[in-house]
Amino acid sequence: MSAKRRPPGEVLLKVENISLSFGGVRALSDISFEIRRHEVFSIIGPNGAGKSSMLNCINGFYHPQGGSITYKGRTRRQMRPHEVASQGIARTFQNIALFRGMSTLDNIMTGRSLKMRAGLLAQAIRFGPALKEELEHREFCERIIDFLEIESIRKVPVGRLPYGLQKRVELGRALAAEPELLLLDEPMAGMNLEEKRDMCRFILDVNDEFGTTICMIEHDMGVVMDISDRVVVLDYGRKIGEGQPEEVRSNQAVIDAYLGVQH
Amino acid sequence: MDLLYKIFLDPFVQMGAAPDLLLQTLWEGLVGGVLYALIALGFVLIFKASGVFNFAQGIMVVFAGLTLVGLFGVISGLGNVNEHVAAFAALGLTVGVMFVLAVGIERLVLRPLVNQPDIILFMATFGLTYVLIGVGELIFGGEPKVMITGELFLPRGSTDWEVFGGFVSFQHIDLAAAIIASLMVAGLAVFFSKTRIGRALRAVADSHKAALSVGISLEQIWVIVWFASGLVALVTGIMWAARSDVSFALQIIALRALPVLILGGFTSIPGAIVGGLIIGVGEKLGEFYWGPLLGGGIESWLAYFIALVFLLFRPQGLFGEKIIERV
Repeated sequence: MSAKRRPPGEVLLKVENISLSFGGVRALSDISFEIRRHEVFSIIGPNGAGKSSMLNCINGFYHPQGGSITYKGRTRRQMRPHEVASQGIARTFQNIALFRGMSTLDNIMTGRSLKMRAGLLAQAIRFGPALKEELEHREFCERIIDFLEIESIRKVPVGRLPYGLQKRVELGRALAAEPELLLLDEPMAGMNLEEKRDMCRFILDVNDEFGTTICMIEHDMGVVMDISDRVVVLDYGRKIGEGQPEEVRSNQAVIDAYLGVQH
Repeated sequence: MDLLYKIFLDPFVQMGAAPDLLLQTLWEGLVGGVLYALIALGFVLIFKASGVFNFAQGIMVVFAGLTLVGLFGVISGLGNVNEHVAAFAALGLTVGVMFVLAVGIERLVLRPLVNQPDIILFMATFGLTYVLIGVGELIFGGEPKVMITGELFLPRGSTDWEVFGGFVSFQHIDLAAAIIASLMVAGLAVFFSKTRIGRALRAVADSHKAALSVGISLEQIWVIVWFASGLVALVTGIMWAARSDVSFALQIIALRALPVLILGGFTSIPGAIVGGLIIGVGEKLGEFYWGPLLGGGIESWLAYFIALVFLLFRPQGLFGEKIIERV
């Protein structure tokens, strides 16, 4: 399953000495790692290790107090969410954040917000180019819907969908932006075996077909070890291991963290 | 027995006996309702996008009206300018002022309060109200102004319609208000349901963080909705002031919109319209047919009473979204 796909390219995202605290609580201390183009990169660690905080820093929701993030050669102290999105980073959330009142199709269409160019006025009167543009984006979204096999729920308000399907719609919305870097926060949490298998397949297909770089947080070790090219392990906000799945698996610090050895 | 008769039968007997009066009452109720609907619409736009009850909507109506009249005064004072040209130039400039106001509110009030609880934003709109009152009085003075209806080609006079052996009288300005309001509502509805901006607006209403993650700029959306509700305020100001005049007392209509919102639901544009019409008609019918039982003057509180009764049965309003939280 983990046959080598595209060879990893140059460094796409580089995180250096990131530190983040909330009041007196240190969520991340001095974290550094690199993600290369076309990789499937996983962040793992016990609960409260700071994994989601790390993703939120990359995505610009949190502003780390120290360190820097270099994305596509540009180094920043802090990222800003909607700029990040326009730079080709899309994400999903641990607790699904969909637009619950809107249909599956509309949700996925919002993912293309940044790709739409027509002016306000043209849109308002649905005039020529604006209409044509809307149709092109619609077509793209239909392809994503096909790809994720969710044709049957195109028009259903997502609030009514079961959890597993909502996760899939959320992935669809992220894909609609044609991201270069896709951040997935626990894409398989709460899924049954079959749903997990589907989700793995989608992730690998995205990585394979579009060369999308993937950075994911996941608790299911079987999945992580199967589909990741490289893994970084966090515990109590510190990095305790990094490397290919088999290296990480045999790393004593990682084993201790997961088995709960007294520090 | 007599009381029951007076409450449940007599009003309807009266309605049947003088259908022309009934028609007149209904018409006036509808006209009042259109204006309520317009005010409520301004609230709904902002509530949808930011989850905030914008207390300042009332003063925005006054502010827009005063700015229009004030600018008209300045422009016609420049020399021999045609009064219609001056009026429309003032209208255009006022639209510009409302845009600047929207940008200013986003920069100075909303942006620093991102991620604060809704109640904080609500209090901020109170602050905004009093700032606008102060600034308005400083610039335009406190005394009421006459709206420039004629200069804007808004019709005056009335048409009588002979029916049921009596007359029903239609004020032309009311007809114009109804038409303009309908056009504006239709335009906004299409804009917000069919365009990218509309989709983005609904997205922001649903989830701020998800909206940010797909690259929707909250700042841009907020400027757009505050500008849109500023335009609604301008139209409301013109129409309302055409029937009386522009004064700071008008800002109290913000509170008149509350029952409309409860009835229609805070998040629904059609709800604002239907709610406005129901409240408008309900008020006039109640005042005219049931008011005498209580010695009259019930128009001022009847709407709140209707809204309270309504809350018992449909807390989410006629068209509002029912919120079911999983526990």
